[in-house]
Order: sequence, then structure tokens, then C-alpha cells
Amino acid sequence: MTQLDFQTILPYTILTVWACVLILVDLFIPKDRKSLTALLAALGLAVTLGFTLAQVGIERVAFNNMVVLDGFSTFVNALLLVSGLLGVALAYGYVKRMGIERGEYYTLLLFSVTGMMLMAQASDLIIVFLALELLSIPLYVLAAFALPKLESEEAGMKYFLLGAFSTGFVVYGIALIFGATGSTALSVIAQADLGGKMAPAFSPGTSGLLVVGAALLLIGFGFKVAAVPFHMWTPDVYQGAPTSVTAFMSSGAKIAGFAALLRVFATAFPYLAPSMTDVLWALSALTMIVGNVIAISQADIKRMLAYSSIAHAGYILMAFVPYGDPDPKVASTSIAAGLFYLISYAVTNFGAWGVVIALETKAGKGLTLTDYSGLAKKYPALAAAMTVFILSLIGFPPTLGMVGKFYLFRAAIDGEFYGLAIIGVLTSLISAFYYLRVVVNMYMREGDPAVERETWLDLSTGATAVLTVVFSLVPGFLFTWASEAVLRLF
Amino acid sequence: MEFLLQPLTLLTFFPLLGVLILFFISSDNKNALRWTTLVTTLITFGISLWVLMTKFDASNPSLQLVAKYDWITVAGWNIQYHLGLDGLSILLVLLTTFLTPISILSTWTAVENRVKDFMIFFLLLEVGMTGVFLAQDLFLFYIFWEFTLVPMYFLIGIWGGPRRIYAAVKFFLYTMAGSILMLLAILWLGIYGQTFSVPELIAQHNIPEGIQWWLFLAFTAAFAIKVPMWPLHSWLPDAHVEAPTAGSVILAGVLLKMGTYGFVRFNLPLFPDAAVKAAPWIALLATIGIIYGAAVSYAQADVKKLVAYSSVSHLGFVMLGLFAMNPEGIAGAILQMINHGISTGALFLLVGMIYEQTHTREIKVYGGLWKITPIFGSIMLIVSLSSMGLPGLNGFVGEFTILLGAFGSQAIGNPWYAAISALGVIMAAVYILYMFQKMFLGPQGEIVEEVKKHGHALRDLNARELITIVPLLIFIFWIGLYPKPFFALMAPAVENLVKMLPIP
Repeated sequence: MTQLDFQTILPYTILTVWACVLILVDLFIPKDRKSLTALLAALGLAVTLGFTLAQVGIERVAFNNMVVLDGFSTFVNALLLVSGLLGVALAYGYVKRMGIERGEYYTLLLFSVTGMMLMAQASDLIIVFLALELLSIPLYVLAAFALPKLESEEAGMKYFLLGAFSTGFVVYGIALIFGATGSTALSVIAQADLGGKMAPAFSPGTSGLLVVGAALLLIGFGFKVAAVPFHMWTPDVYQGAPTSVTAFMSSGAKIAGFAALLRVFATAFPYLAPSMTDVLWALSALTMIVGNVIAISQADIKRMLAYSSIAHAGYILMAFVPYGDPDPKVASTSIAAGLFYLISYAVTNFGAWGVVIALETKAGKGLTLTDYSGLAKKYPALAAAMTVFILSLIGFPPTLGMVGKFYLFRAAIDGEFYGLAIIGVLTSLISAFYYLRVVVNMYMREGDPAVERETWLDLSTGATAVLTVVFSLVPGFLFTWASEAVLRLF
Repeated sequence: MEFLLQPLTLLTFFPLLGVLILFFISSDNKNALRWTTLVTTLITFGISLWVLMTKFDASNPSLQLVAKYDWITVAGWNIQYHLGLDGLSILLVLLTTFLTPISILSTWTAVENRVKDFMIFFLLLEVGMTGVFLAQDLFLFYIFWEFTLVPMYFLIGIWGGPRRIYAAVKFFLYTMAGSILMLLAILWLGIYGQTFSVPELIAQHNIPEGIQWWLFLAFTAAFAIKVPMWPLHSWLPDAHVEAPTAGSVILAGVLLKMGTYGFVRFNLPLFPDAAVKAAPWIALLATIGIIYGAAVSYAQADVKKLVAYSSVSHLGFVMLGLFAMNPEGIAGAILQMINHGISTGALFLLVGMIYEQTHTREIKVYGGLWKITPIFGSIMLIVSLSSMGLPGLNGFVGEFTILLGAFGSQAIGNPWYAAISALGVIMAAVYILYMFQKMFLGPQGEIVEEVKKHGHALRDLNARELITIVPLLIFIFWIGLYPKPFFALMAPAVENLVKMLPIP
């Protein structure tokens, strides 16, 4: 272990230490002043974000090739830390209002972010597994955080059981891959291929093992990102978990899951691409269709957004389909499109959940679509913000979601996946149908909604709404950033 | 600053200044809101006139006053902020800026509820519409095109009639269904041509014919729904009937023209081979639309629906003219777009004015209105005659030129379409005169007594309503009697367009 090794994971280390210290410090913070813990957690995230941004442009491997630092990991880490900050901001008033304010909330959130960050930097399957557990276990606890509430308990239990099950797939997949290649390092697994065939160093019978192992990994990650048919847990967990947790989980876990999927498949299995393309195609199409179609029949906004988040996993998966394209330019633009879409999804998603949080009452009311009736008259700014998020989720200008979809569909067309692109736009049309119901209720129906005004909540909702519009008008620097982040992967 | 002072940028985004001012006016001060919006739209109209008078050169067939800046040119993208004006779009831009203040004026007493939101949406709509007619980059065009949907959706959904939500959602989904297919075609073009700039893509002129067909179809899906062409018209009557008067005026006057304009601007020059081959088919659909729209109009009991269906018929003429693909046909079609905007806009305004007093649009309850409201009746007569194409009024000039073009069209290749379409003119006379006779002539309708019961008799047009409608009347006569300056504005650009088409 050298000093350089530590510099490679410096932001990660800072956050981990910060989280550990925060547990102890929290013990000395009186019960009625837990917002101090929240501020300290946010400070930790902000400091870490600063160190992460200082790493832009540095590329390095460390710890015997277990951990890697490159443009991709820096990009994902920055996005994760911003998600963490938004997660704290949304939770700040919410946990107080719901009577579940405990310091552990914020430390768990920090630990989860460290797991996600490690995921982005992992270049060894063992680290991938470690990171997966580190990010998941705090989330299981957070999902059940509103404990006396049955739904929350159910959400935590369900997430834990199914999550553990899916982790089993990942471990088994890693074992098979190790069996086939004799290594867990992504760079070594990548060398298993020589011109489309297994290298002679590996016995001929093992290529089947490798494929099965890769497929099991795909299932495990598919679970994390809520891709159909591994999505069953999503609506229940998203609905039952405290809304601030859902907001964080639906962005953070998805970003981390996609980061791992991308890293593993692009660096370790480029040669599996011909067979993976069809699988990913089907996963993506299925996820878009099922997510959007089932969302139509939801009357609860949390469930609706849960299905919408499933659908969006489908859109992001679309970017992975051409990952093995013989033209590396096609593959890298496509992945860059996926990364850009992650930004647009995270920003929009946090904003939309922020509005949901604003309307939720302590008794768990205010969560059906009809509760949004008349919002525009009473709270025009909040309704306008929600409209921006809805338009962005549909993919309408002038919002980030539209630019994101433009980028994604271009990648799909560039890779000549016309069928997938058509499914993508048609499901967007379906999504317009159910998203618009929120707008209809807010603007075109009468009602008397009650809204909680909390400074941090208002600020983060407002900021994400403004960013959703402004970034869509000047997306150039985000495009550059995303496309530079993927350069080294290919 | 240099960016903002480009004439076309200024013209497009000037209404945003009004939006900004509206934010600072209290929602209770309704008249201040109305005046601010009216003045903003009038200044916008002034800017467009200034562009026409001092900047625009009608003899130049190519794009003028081009504002072009790199927008997103990283990571393999080549998107520009690119506005331009030529003979194909100048009249439509003027129509937009002309109809918007008129619509605002028509809402003076009709919209009392949430005036501030209404005005904001209306100004945003104007930005979108002007942008559609000026954008020369496909990405920019798509943004404006989709964006117009949002304010219109709110205008219908919030201030519309009893079935407004159904109509608004239907309008939104229908239109979006078409445009998302166009989106894919735009992306394909952007990858193929390495640019989204329309003039550059036209100049490249190298898309294989087999692919042209697909792209042509995708663009047609978007535009045909917007026009709307038969059989994709079913959103139109709902949207028109439920929309508030000002919304109907803009919908009929400008939004439908975005569809026909799309055909002229994109389908014909970008995919000339496919367009020429498709001409007979489009002509067939247009002819069906003309006859169908006219027949269905006659069957309507609701006067607003009658006007709505007549749009299907009139827009059929525009499509027929466009795909005649000769100078007469296309010039006639463009003029007919303007005519339809003026005449149908005026019809919707008039219907709205009487509706404001009676709160019913059922034809059968009216009767003998001419005697009670003579000015209103006379204006209605003029507008009706203009809509059915009486010589000397604007509708005639457009329809005559279109039919002339369609008869001699090599692209359509069959004079029968024009011959059958000519029947549409006669049918228009039937349904329009039927409506006029039932409502304005004959014995006094029951609604007259009904209104009296509520304490106030039917009144004739007041000064504000006259100010709203008279500018339209001026153009009805002007275009009808002396259309030459209007044709002169577009002739070089139309000639240029026709030259590009590989007509057999």
C-alpha cells in the first residue's frame, strides 16, 4: 500500500472516515438538534465532492489493480455526491415532519454513498461485490426507517430479501467467471479473449462458464437498476420506504448499478458483445414497455414514479445495447449518451420526488394523484416546477429530459437499432399519457391541496427545476464531460 | 448583445420580455395584465412589419437575415442556433404576429379566470410559433415545434369548454405521436449529413431514394397530423370546440399552418424524389379530406364544430396545391394558408362573440339574428362568403390558384383530383350558407327570448369587438381584390423550390 494508492481513493476515504466519525459525534448531539447531523453529513459530502472534482483528469490504478481512478469514475462519483447532497436536503425537513428524525439516517446515507463510489472505481469483481453490499445494506435499513409503519417495514424486508437473493446471483456469477478465467480482475478477464476465441491458456470447456457467469452478473445488476423482469420489488419498496429515501435510492442506486454494469461489461467482456447485444436489446425494450404500460394504471404518485423509474432504466439500458459495436466511436457515444441521461434523470427525478415530499402529510396522505388537484392555483411555483419535471420525464422541450432522449435515440440510430429507437419513442408517448394526468390535476381540476414549505426542500426543488431548463439550453459542457468520461473505457 | 439584436432573434423572443413583466404584475390587476400583453404582441407585430419593410428583400429567393451561431458543437454534435427568413415563411410569420394581438383583444371580457396564466401561456405560444417558422436547424425546429404543444395544451385544458381535459390530452398525445416519429427521422438525417442545418442538408442532396421514403413518411406523420389530413383529423374538432375563442383562432390560424409549412419547408426540398412520387397519394388524401370535411361540416349541429370541420376541407386545398408542385399550386397554397388563417380566424372570433352573450353554439336555437344585430350579421356574411370562396374576396384567389395548379400538375398527373376538389367549393357554399341562413335569417330563434329572460337583450358588436374584427376584414378585401403584393413576396422562393423538384 503506497501513498499513491491512497490518493487514488482519497475522496472515498474521506467520506468513509467522515461517516464513521459522524456516528460517534451523533451520540453527543441532543435528540432535538439532529439537524446538526444533517448539516455535518452535507458538509462531508460537499468536501468529498471538492476532492473528487480536484481529481478530474487524473488516471491511475491502485491496490494491485483492484481500484481504478479515471474520467468515468470521477464523473460517476461527482454525480453520486450531488445525489447524496440532494438526498440530505430532501430528507432534512421530511424526517422531522414524519417524526423519524434520527442521526443514523444521515450516516447510513453517507455509507451508502461510499458504497456507490467504490462501485464506480472498482476494477475487480471482488471490489464490485464489496461495493454492492456496502451500498445496499444501508439502503435496506433506510427503506425500513419509518419502522412502526407497516409499509416501511415491509419495504425494508422485501428489499432486503430480494436484494440478498440478487446478490447471490452476483456472487455465483463471480465464482463462475473466476472458474473460467482464473481471475477476478477485470483486466485479466478481458484478456481471456483472443480474436473472438478463448485464449489457449484457458481450457476450451470454460467459455460456457464465462457466458453463464456474465449472465448471472447481468441479472444481479439488473435487479439493482430495476430492469424488467427483475423489477418486482421496485413499486412496493419505493412506495413503502420514506419518500426521501426513495428519492435518493431511485437515483443513487440506479447510477451505481449502471456504473458497475458498464464498467464490467465494457472492460471485462467486450468479446461477449455479439451475444449480449440481443439480451440487452430485449431487456431494454421490455423494461421500457412494461414500466410505462403498468404506470398507466397507478393512482398513487409514489407507485407511478416507481414504474416511471423502471421505464427510465429501460431508456438508459438502451445506451448499453451498442456497447460492443465494431466502431468504437459508436459504442463510446452511446455510453456517453447513457451517462448524460443519468445526469438528466437524476436532476429531474430528485425534483419530482421533492414535490411529492412537499405534498406528503404526516399521516401518509397527499400521495394520490387526486391530491394534486388545484395545486397550480394555490402554489403556482411548485406546480410550475412539477410541470418542468413532468415535461422532462416525458422528454419535452425545453428540458434536460428532451436533450437526454435526443442523445440516446441518436446513439440507438447511430448503432442502427431502429426497432429499439421506435420502441423508445412510442413508450415515451405512452408515458406522456400518465405523466400528463398530474399536470391535468394540478392545472385543470379544482382542489385544495396542502403543502409543507421547508426551506431546503423548496431550495432543492427550485434549483433542480431551474437546472432542468437551463442545462437543456446549454448542454454542451455536460456533453463534453460525459464523452470524455468514457474515452478510456474503450 | 449582438446576439439579441439580430432582427429575427428579437422578433422570436420579444414576447418573453412581456412574460417577464407579467411576472411582476399582481394577478388581481387584470386590465394591466391584458394591456401589457396586448402592447407586447403589438410591438412584436411592429417588429415583424419593420423586418418586412426595411430588411426583407422579396426578389431574393434564398434565406435572409440569417442569425447563425454554434450552439452544441461538441462530442460529435453539430447543432446551430440558426434562424432565417425567406419568401416561404415571411407571410406565415406576419400572420402569427398579426393574429396574436387580435386574439388577445378577443379575450378582454371572455377570459376572467386566471388572466395572468392565460397571458403568459399565450406569449410563450407566440414564441414557439414564430420560432417554428424561422428555425433553420432541425434540432432548433424540433424544440420550437414541440414547445408550441405545451402552452396550447394548457390553453385548451384550463380555459376550455366542458370536455376540455379530454380535448387537451387528445390534442397533446395525437400531435406528439406524429412528432416523435419525425424526431427519429431528424436524428437519422443529423447522423447521415453530419449537420442539422436544413439549407446544408438540402444542398447535400444525396439521400438514397429508398431511405427518402422512410424519412418522408416520418416527417409526413408529424405534419399530416398537425394539418390535419384525413384520416388523422379526429383531434381537431375536439380541440377546436373545447378551446377558448382565442385558442381556436390561433389553433386554426397558425398551428395548423405549421403542418402545411412543414411540408413546404422540409418534405419537398429534403426528400424531393419521394415527395414527387408521393404526390398522387397525397392529392388523393387531400381530395378525400376536402369532400369529407365539407360533408361532415354540413351535418354539424354545433356552429364551432362546423367551422372546425370546414378547416379539414380548406386545409385539403392547401395540401392539394402544395403537391401540385408547380409555381401556381404552391403559391396558391401558401396564400390559402394565410386566407384560411384570416377567414377561419374571423369565423371563430365571431362565433366566440355571440357565444359570450348566449353561451350556446347550437345552430338550431338561433335565427333571425341579422335583424337584431345588423353589424354583426353583415360582418358574418362577408366572412362566410370569404370562407366559401366568393370572387372578390380572399378565399377565391387562393382556391382558384390552387385548382389551376392542380389541374395542370404533372406531379399529380391526373386532373380528376382537381375536378373533384372543385366540388368542395360548391359544398362549402352549401354548409356555410346553411349555417348563415339558419342563424341570421328566417324567424327569430328561441335564444333571443332566452337571453332576454336573463335581463339583457342581445347587443350588436361593441367598439372593442369591431377593432378586433376589422383588421381581418381589411385583409379579406385586400387579398381578394389585389393579391399581387402577396404573391410577389413569395414568388422567387416558390420558383426556386419548384426548380429543386425532379418532376417527370
